Amino acid sequence: MTPAHAGQLPIGKPGKRGGRDASQRLFLWATLLPMAVVFVVFWIYPLASGLWGSFTDWQAFQTEQEFVGLRHYRNLFRDDVFLESVANTFQYALMYLPLSIVVSLGLALAIEASGRLRSVFRTIYFAPVVTSVIATALVWKWLYQPTLGLFNQLLNIVGLPSQGFLQDPGQALPSIVLYSLWKNLGFTMVLFIAGLNGIDRTMYEAATVDGANSWRVFWGITLPLLRPTMVFVVVTGIIETLQVFGPVFIMSSVGANSPPGGPSNSTMVVAVYQWTVAFGQLNLGYGMAMGIVLFGIVLVVTLAQSRFLRNSMES
Amino acid sequence: MSASTTPTIGPAAAAAATGADLDARPFAGASRAGRWRRTGERYLLWLFLGLGSVIMVGPFYWTLVTSFKERRELLAYPPTWWPEVFTGVHWRALNDLTVGSFPLFFRNSLFLTFTITAITLLTSSMAGYVFAKIEFRGRDRLFWVVLAMMMIPFTVTLIPSYALMADLGWINSYWALIVPIAVNPFGIFLMRQFMFSIPNDLIDASRVDGASEFHIFFKIVLPLSQAALGALAILTFMYQWDNFLWPLIILNDPEKYTLPLGLAQFRGRLGTDVGPTAAGAMISVIPVLVIYAFAQRKFIEGIAMTGLKG
Repeated sequence: MTPAHAGQLPIGKPGKRGGRDASQRLFLWATLLPMAVVFVVFWIYPLASGLWGSFTDWQAFQTEQEFVGLRHYRNLFRDDVFLESVANTFQYALMYLPLSIVVSLGLALAIEASGRLRSVFRTIYFAPVVTSVIATALVWKWLYQPTLGLFNQLLNIVGLPSQGFLQDPGQALPSIVLYSLWKNLGFTMVLFIAGLNGIDRTMYEAATVDGANSWRVFWGITLPLLRPTMVFVVVTGIIETLQVFGPVFIMSSVGANSPPGGPSNSTMVVAVYQWTVAFGQLNLGYGMAMGIVLFGIVLVVTLAQSRFLRNSMES
Repeated sequence: MSASTTPTIGPAAAAAATGADLDARPFAGASRAGRWRRTGERYLLWLFLGLGSVIMVGPFYWTLVTSFKERRELLAYPPTWWPEVFTGVHWRALNDLTVGSFPLFFRNSLFLTFTITAITLLTSSMAGYVFAKIEFRGRDRLFWVVLAMMMIPFTVTLIPSYALMADLGWINSYWALIVPIAVNPFGIFLMRQFMFSIPNDLIDASRVDGASEFHIFFKIVLPLSQAALGALAILTFMYQWDNFLWPLIILNDPEKYTLPLGLAQFRGRLGTDVGPTAAGAMISVIPVLVIYAFAQRKFIEGIAMTGLKG
């Protein structure tokens, strides 16, 4: 790894090492020592013990751990719930990401073209981003309710039949996707707006002189120049969606004490299953193995798609 | 524990803290001839965006209205768009729940969020200053180690971190929520990038005058870093106010619950407790929305900052 900024580092007074001021030395220690302690104890050590723990039969509240080799990993591939949770997680990401990109890019373009009301609309569409996931997920869960929920009441008012939404195994995951779209739309939109504002204006003027219509300007200039934003949105989007927990945890439990992931595991995503195994069944070793597999999946998908995105947009 | 760092900021956020000027100039697509046509199109656009705004704001409005409706009216069909009779019964019910009480959750959330944000600002700006303005051997290598911390996956560290907290006796303790995230790699990165823009002459002149490093940092560097500190404060506050998974695992005493945990107990009781749920949701949403209403530009710029040059 070469520091990307090495060339731009503003060089301070060189050769002052011998005469370093005592207060400067103190400042360095006061900053770097606590930082190192926190990183080593609370970040690096858990990483190492997580890797190690996935090869043991680690149970909660138990001091001795027996080494079990690859047993957890082998079991994962025989565990139907886990395989289903991987499939659900991908389904969630594949529904959410394309939808989110198309809608928020469209919104960014529309809002930028809306003249005087630009900042009003931007404020409104961004509002859900600043609010709590738990609170808004609860609200949407209630909007989705079969009988008293607003969505079904609105459907009935216009003469359409009630839907099961979260209670229907076929609709539960798409319903959560729709909520996430509403919640995070503004975030992606703002990234696109920032990207659009970074595009050199003379590019458009040149294209207009050449007589290109706005459709061709969008495909020929806007989209290719938005590439860095697009890469960022897709990469962070994949990392986020493949690890989704909060909204699913809140929206998927049907009864008072029913576990999350229902109905009939239709919304069981990997992060929720990991939580169930580790903190419901207290099987820590198995949960750690699951966490490592999930991380592997995230890593592979991120690398694969960023290579794909780079190639397809450069050609 | 990258579970606790700002969620949307991954390793790819090679962000430059140069500030995102969203209003610099309106985005100009291909300009079209005919002013009348443009005005017509603009009204159509406003109509379309206005309808979308109803969907964005609707759930908040509906929740607020519901929290003031009488029990009987909650079951009404067709639903009423405005309470026929206003009642504060659901809001009062939050004072005395089967598990904990909302004033308590609110205080806990406020305490934790403010503490964590303050610590994050201090440690991030100190480390950012060190990495940007103080020369020492191995500095850049150390900075790359800090960046690497952002890539530690929380799916791997979540369970072992829990085990570590159990060993330390920090289960059910706020120490577990504060200490592991007392240092934030993203915050360090953001502050370092920003502090590069502070002129060296200013700092060197003070050093020559014999000012201590602490004096330079607190009296000269920090006041000049307000823009970046503001963005970092907003991002940290937003994330901590809503932090769920880690507190869910660590805290089991309702007296210590934060707002998200207090709210989550309603997830299986929506059929019976719609009113209190709506009131509780509003309590955790309103403070942030009010601050947002006054400082929306700062929020949006803070977010845009994280994505720049990604």
